[in-house]
Amino acid sequence: MDNPTSTGSRRPFPHRNLLGISELNQYEILDLIDRAEAMIPISRQPRKILPTLSGKTQINLFFEPSTRTQSSFEIAGKRLGAQVTNMSVKTSSVTKGETLIDTAATLNAMQPDVIIVRHGAAGAVELLSQKVGCSVINAGDGAHEHPTQALLDALTIRQHKGRLTGLTVAICGDIANSRVARSNLLLLGALQVRTRVVAPRTLLPRGIETLATEVFTDMREGLAGADVVMMLRLQHERAAGRLIPSVREYYRFYGLDAEKLAFAKPDAIVMHPGPMNRGVEIDPTIADGPRSVINQQVEMGVAVRMAVLDALLAEPTQLAQ
Amino acid sequence: MNKPVVIKNARIIDPASGMDQVGAVHVADGVIKGIVAGAPSGVPAEAEIYDARGQVVAPGLVDMRVFTGEPGHEYRETLASAAEAAAAGGVTTFVLMPDTLPVVDDGAIVDFIVRRAAATAKVNIVPSAAITKGLRGEEITEFGLLKEAGAACLTDGRRSIQSAGVMRAAMSYAANFDLPIVHHTADASLVGDGVMNEGTLATISGLRGIPLEAETVPLARDLQLAAATGARYHAAQISTAASIELIRAAKPRGEISAGISINNLALNENDVAPYRTYFKLSPPLRSEDDRQAMIEGLKAGVIDVIHSAHDPQDTEVKRQPFAEASEGAIGLETLLAAALRLVHSGDVPMMTVLRALTQRPAEILGLDAGRLAIGAPADLIVFDPDFPWVLAEANIVSRSRNTAFEGARLQGAVMHTFVAGRLVFGHAATREGQQ
Repeated sequence: MDNPTSTGSRRPFPHRNLLGISELNQYEILDLIDRAEAMIPISRQPRKILPTLSGKTQINLFFEPSTRTQSSFEIAGKRLGAQVTNMSVKTSSVTKGETLIDTAATLNAMQPDVIIVRHGAAGAVELLSQKVGCSVINAGDGAHEHPTQALLDALTIRQHKGRLTGLTVAICGDIANSRVARSNLLLLGALQVRTRVVAPRTLLPRGIETLATEVFTDMREGLAGADVVMMLRLQHERAAGRLIPSVREYYRFYGLDAEKLAFAKPDAIVMHPGPMNRGVEIDPTIADGPRSVINQQVEMGVAVRMAVLDALLAEPTQLAQ
Repeated sequence: MNKPVVIKNARIIDPASGMDQVGAVHVADGVIKGIVAGAPSGVPAEAEIYDARGQVVAPGLVDMRVFTGEPGHEYRETLASAAEAAAAGGVTTFVLMPDTLPVVDDGAIVDFIVRRAAATAKVNIVPSAAITKGLRGEEITEFGLLKEAGAACLTDGRRSIQSAGVMRAAMSYAANFDLPIVHHTADASLVGDGVMNEGTLATISGLRGIPLEAETVPLARDLQLAAATGARYHAAQISTAASIELIRAAKPRGEISAGISINNLALNENDVAPYRTYFKLSPPLRSEDDRQAMIEGLKAGVIDVIHSAHDPQDTEVKRQPFAEASEGAIGLETLLAAALRLVHSGDVPMMTVLRALTQRPAEILGLDAGRLAIGAPADLIVFDPDFPWVLAEANIVSRSRNTAFEGARLQGAVMHTFVAGRLVFGHAATREGQQ
């Protein structure tokens, strides 16, 4: 059973990096979720500190802007006592890759203990990890993976449903361009959760049926009987006119409103990785309504990132290497 | 003048004549003087004798698709360094793609390449010329003047002409000068941001896919235009099962031929994972089903030509996130060994593979090459079809290192390469022992 246990008697986490859910087996996934669950009280206590990373240097290297993920990692590191430096890299498309390798070498020379990387290109974080001697955490690489998001989503679901196995989770929207969808499908699939993807054909990538249990193009059918409805952000500036005709048509057929949500289970929860486009993929009254757990996702995000940092960097892991 | 050469105890394979027999080849004055069954006779006293010990003697390979960096990007590859790599791979003639700086879209640049190749390169280099000025796909070039300067065919190289109107005009005009149009078909609006074959692997990797139709839609267009204009048309490099069907259907209606990169015959999309940029190619490596269809197409004669698609790129543009890395891989040195995989696996007969590497490209381009015949240029190779080797980066002859076969186990190696009767390459394994 996936019950939380204390952080005290853990065996070392057997990876130096967290590049993707695809690298983890189900036991490692559950281990991280358990560790994260144990971290939740620390953020709720008056003195929010568990200084297991005291003296460690953490660099947040974000090639794509992201206020919420970057602050979540920053707060997580600081609550563990690490020294955190944020680096936002402005990139021109021509020199992007050059900057990546060069930046990796430069940062590596500063002897960090962990680098947290977000990059617009799939595989870029793995490439960077090959050029540095410290731990690397993927904070999102193109449309590939966003492992800490999937972990925090799983923790949020377990907090509300008490379990993961046996649930049905519907992931809706821009599957084709979503790293959140891929990491979630991998994680939930590894834990025998029934997964559904729901989107118009133009937003479903070829071969998605190998990652999801079921594929739907109709929201009502896709949501029927679901325990969890996970909405994805639509990059509507890119998609409109190309992959979908218009925002209003998208909202009419794929936006989550009360009428569509009624097809899910009565106690179904609503999730969104943020930032939300209210009125594009989700009705504001649903986003801010009683079934929305979106703010809890943000709180679990800090706990998950603390757990991942602790698992990768705290001393037992170091000794095990 | 070079001494006469006699190669004895050879398994002589010549696809043009259908010969596959043990015998000897006599060479003098740069041409083939004799091909005899069994032991050589009438050997001149001053002749150099090579004992092939049962290895294969075949025409030197004719590679229809080679990029270099000269002029413009000599740090990637020069004509001379590409020729060294070609000689090591048994390629005695290659067609230089026009994607240089400046673009080969003017007779003076064709002339430069002809002269520069003669002065510096140890194998035959045949220039192609751009179909459109600056490879921009808009205005056609001076086909007549380019042919006079020495261009053997017209191609926009890596680029694909998007406008049907421009292609129709190019084909109509090229027919006047009997120049083949060699075209890589890729519809830009269907390729989009795609960087690898569309499918499950691309989806799992988070990489945008290139659909099969990106190749077949403009190919179907070109084949209709070729039938309408009477142009000689060579589909430069096909990669999908659907393309095989299009070519098969079009061949009875005109002078249509098709080529394929050895990469699309020897590799598939699984080789890309995870994010190996040396396998980022154009056309992309396709599914195993498509690769199998390509092999069937080669056996059936729908595919005429196998080429290396030799495309040197420096590590700076390859050590990038996959989507941002340049396309292309070198291939001159591994062309024959990679092609022999198809023979060793039992998929394709030796004669068929060699025909696609020698006779057919020479015929399509109208070159006096690719055959073993009395009076033909003595461009020939001796190769051991079974010689096992592993390609190590340190042993790469090309100036660039972006091979898709690094560390690959290969079977079959060129032992000697002759161009116009002159030895231009000898394998290290031949330096002890004989000769």
